[in-house]
Amino acid sequence: MTAAQSARDLREQIVSGSTSAAEVCREHLARIEQANPKLNAFNTITRDRALERAAAIDRRRAAGDALGPLAGVPIALKDNMCVNGVRTTASSRILDTFVPPYDATVVRKLEAADAIIVGKTNCDEFAMGSSNENSAYGPVLNPWALDRTPGGSSGGSAAAVAARLTPLALGSDTGGSIRQPASLTGVVGLKPTYGRVSRYGLIALASSLDQIGPFARTVGDAALALSILAGPDSMDSTAAHEPVRDYMAALTGDVKGIRIGVPRAFIEAGVHEAVLRAFNAALDVLRDRGAEILDVALPHARYAVPVYYLVMTAEASSNLARYDGVRYGHRAAGAETLQLLYSRTRDEGFGPEAKRRIMLGTYVLSAGYYDAYYLKAQQVRTLLRRDYAQAFEQVDVVAMPTSPTAAFRLGEKTSDPLQMYLADIFTVSANLTGAPGISIPCGFTADVGAEAPGTTAPRLPIGLQLIGRMFDEGTLLKVGDAYQRATDWHTQAPA
Amino acid sequence: MGTNRKCYSIQFVASALTLADVERIAALSHLELTDGEKELFRRQLADILAYAEQVQQIDTTGVPATAHVDAGRSVERADELTPCLPVEAALANAPEANRDAGLFKVPRVIGG
Repeated sequence: MTAAQSARDLREQIVSGSTSAAEVCREHLARIEQANPKLNAFNTITRDRALERAAAIDRRRAAGDALGPLAGVPIALKDNMCVNGVRTTASSRILDTFVPPYDATVVRKLEAADAIIVGKTNCDEFAMGSSNENSAYGPVLNPWALDRTPGGSSGGSAAAVAARLTPLALGSDTGGSIRQPASLTGVVGLKPTYGRVSRYGLIALASSLDQIGPFARTVGDAALALSILAGPDSMDSTAAHEPVRDYMAALTGDVKGIRIGVPRAFIEAGVHEAVLRAFNAALDVLRDRGAEILDVALPHARYAVPVYYLVMTAEASSNLARYDGVRYGHRAAGAETLQLLYSRTRDEGFGPEAKRRIMLGTYVLSAGYYDAYYLKAQQVRTLLRRDYAQAFEQVDVVAMPTSPTAAFRLGEKTSDPLQMYLADIFTVSANLTGAPGISIPCGFTADVGAEAPGTTAPRLPIGLQLIGRMFDEGTLLKVGDAYQRATDWHTQAPA
Repeated sequence: MGTNRKCYSIQFVASALTLADVERIAALSHLELTDGEKELFRRQLADILAYAEQVQQIDTTGVPATAHVDAGRSVERADELTPCLPVEAALANAPEANRDAGLFKVPRVIGG
């Protein structure tokens, strides 16, 4: 069986000939097809396309051709990244039948590295959500406890990697949509620096915040994926020209002298006991390996959620204006005027969260309210960036829990959008400041105290989040890798 | 501060968001909402705005706005023609199109 192996191990076995790309592909497809009726992690499984490409890799190997750094490695893509000729929905009814006529840059890069795309994963509609319950195709279930959410918005990608359906997956992170589901499903999730990875072909949510990044079970695999994805792109003017560093070289296991800042006051204001205990234990592990743990202050961090929901909705309302029933996607039948065509198409096509955010964003940008909401939020965003800039004068990395709780129950927060938004309290800062962030499995709820006495609490994963300086993914990967060398949380699989 | 006074008056407006406000925002958003949706969104948007208004307590006098984190320099390329999406591919997803003429179709907007 190859299904529980890392991307790096799979690639080595395929290149050495101890297994074939076709065999690896068949095994992973079989696991996906078996698990998907239960987990609902995939919107589309690209069986034939994947098998064809895997066979081509085997033929190239037989012919003696050099193979790419992800040769034959199965990968799942969040369903908001365009693949030429493969249905791409963003889990929205309004894009239910959309078939992109071009590849996203990340798709082009992955396939140039000989990775095999096995499917498109379920997510919250247009990446709007923290529980995957906003998908038009139903929620993804958490492989660790089927009554729980896997987090969101990239819940399908996280669940796929957690359930050993693929060793790698891509997600997008606008306010925590890679890191939070990684935390809730017990896998590694990396949000690179804003601009590190091209977004050409990513269905936009909020353009000053969105970033694509990998899910993996090991930090090493995340580093390998980032090495392939990172870099400038003539199709995306926001993709940074900053040189791409050697991320694999960061995996030394040595964290001696690395200074890790902990915003204690901010964290302890609103985190569950089990999460706090696992977080503190993770800091002890890093201290034992030679890292220095320091207190830092982030006085404006508590305003990050309101700032985020003002900035993100404003940008979302603008980005989602393009869905009007004219060029692609759903179109309302029988509308006699252009105005009715737009408004009916959008009412029928968008789900409740997309409508809520479009309305909120339209409101905060509208005449008379712009200064009080949108401009004010952008000013506080500057203050938050200054907080982080000051912290990074004293420390190399800022550590926080990724999520204030372990996976919550399906339906627990759906009736109160504001409660759902507060699930993002520890993740939105990295998007507002542009900084890279990673979530790494650091324990389970049942190991550090049951949720409540007398109940049989499920064993749920907890994530450690590290935030770094702009373009310093290397230090995050170094610390995360050192932590995984000292712990075995990431090797544990759901039943 | 004039700005602050304006904010506090808006705090009052948001928590008292009316159905007419929701209808105005829906029209600006090109959304035709049902009556049920209007009432639901009135309550939910009022809650979210009341929560978001805590940013108005912060003194931001003289603080520039961050619209974008400016991670890279602005990028330009040579002004040369490069391949782009063919018309038939661009029309392939259109719910209604005149593919021979290479046009998207919408309801009549001029004349009767």
